Parts: sequence; C-alpha cells; structure tokens
Amino acid sequence: MINISKNAVEDLFSSLSSFNSCRGYFLNPDTAFTKSLIESLLINDDRYGYQACPCRLASGERSLDLDIICPCDYRDSDVAEFGACYCGLYVSRQLAQTGEPIKPIPERRPTKQDRLKSSNKKEIAMSEESNSIKYPIWRCEVCGYLCARDEAPDTCPICGVSRDRFAKVNIVTVAAK
Amino acid sequence: MSYQSQIKNVPGKKVKKIMLYTLSTCIWCRKTKALLSELNLEYDFLDMDLLSEEDQEEAYTEMESYNPHLSFPTIVINRGEQVIKGFEEEMIRHLGHKND
Ligand code: SF4
Repeated sequence: MINISKNAVEDLFSSLSSFNSCRGYFLNPDTAFTKSLIESLLINDDRYGYQACPCRLASGERSLDLDIICPCDYRDSDVAEFGACYCGLYVSRQLAQTGEPIKPIPERRPTKQDRLKSSNKKEIAMSEESNSIKYPIWRCEVCGYLCARDEAPDTCPICGVSRDRFAKVNIVTVAAK
Repeated sequence: MSYQSQIKNVPGKKVKKIMLYTLSTCIWCRKTKALLSELNLEYDFLDMDLLSEEDQEEAYTEMESYNPHLSFPTIVINRGEQVIKGFEEEMIRHLGHKND
C-alpha cells in the first residue's frame, strides 16, 4: 500500500486550483471529494510514474495510457456534455458555482480493441499536399489547441499537458472546382 | 484460479451474491463499497489495480464478459443475473429491499 502524505495532497490541490482557475477549468467544489481524488492521482504517480486516471485501470505503459493521464483526452468532452469529467475531479463552470451533485458518467474511452485500431491514426487527415505549408501543425489532443511550429511545445500553453499529448495535423487542400 | 484468492469478502446481510470489480484508487468504487456497507449487505470485491499482471489479465477477461467497456465499478449480481455499471445509487439501494 502506498502512503501519500497530507502535505503532498495539499500541495497538488493548491497548485491545481491556482493553475486551473485562470484557464477556464474548475475543480470539483466538494473539497473532500477532490482531495481524495488527488491522493489517488499521487498514488498512481508513485505506482506508474505518471498521474493515470484514478477511475480507470492503467496498463502501466505510458504509451498505451497517454489518453488517460490526468487531465485525460476525454475531460473536456465530458465536462461539456455531463458537467463533470469521468472521475468528477473537474466540473463545468456552472457546477463549480452551484455545487450541484454530479452523477456517474458513462465511459467515453474507446474499448481496447478500438484504441489499438486507431492508434496508428494519430495524424489527423485533412489533405493530400501536406508540404504546401511551411510549418507542421500540432493539435493538443486534450484541449484542441493548434499551433504551427517545427515541434509541438513542451507544455500546452492552454491546458498544461506535455508534448507527447500533441498529434500532428495532416493538412489536405481540396482542389477547387 | 489465481486471482480468486485475492477476492475480499465484506460480511453483512446475505440477500444476493454481490461481486464488485473495483479499483482501490477509484472514488466511485469507494462510494459503492461504503453504500453497500451502509445497507449492511454482504459483498465480495476485487481491487483490480492491486493484482499482479497475470492475475489482472485473467480477471479482466472475466470482467469483460459482464461489462465489455471495463468501467469501474462493475457490480455483478448473482453471477450475471444483473450487472450494474457505475455508482448507480438507486439501483444499489434497491438491492437491499429486493427479496422478490
Ligand atoms: S480529467 Fe477526470 S476523468 Fe480525466 S483523468 Fe483526470 S480525474 Fe480522470
């Protein structure tokens, strides 16, 4: 059993609170609930070397778990549709203000088979002539932030996830008729 | 066979056979366990994240037959007669007064 100190939980709680408050992301206002999830994130960090989603079973291999490293690829869609992420760590602005209780949210992550099928399609197809632009375009898979530069940024300036969460966008120009 | 020995039993009123597939880190799993205890119902649970890789594989296959989405908690009643996916409070509470 991994023991996480109270201080470590408090530290991550305060850094997540200040990081998110100015970026349009909201932690669950039920602080006891939120801190318990944060403790689980720290347990997973210890166990796997990254903060895998506490409510999903991680494989332990980072490349297979990229989509479920908190914040996961599914957070923004779930917050938009259900008012909270799958675990309930992040909530919508409305829920953060009203403190309405959250309900269980269906799993949005595709099944393992479907994930394996689409894992080779990290490049988003948009065109045939991708060499017509000077810089490649990168898309943050978590928040959708786009940037055009030689390499994806080290950290997403919008949502703060690491470079390996970006996918290269393949630009396709449709021939004019 | 192997992971079976990792299943933990929580004693209580025996109404139906309740088996939970859970994660030790999952807050909805904890809520489910707490609610079953509050209702004083006997249940078994398996914390999948604490299993060895081999046992996990085996337990995962078993769990998949009840819930292909492999979401947590998966609550299996009477070996598959009913499967509750997630902390569905009403459905779980219903397990208490279901003697029909
Ligand atoms: S954003 Fe929510 S659902 Fe996604 S990994 Fe973090 S806690 Fe889990």
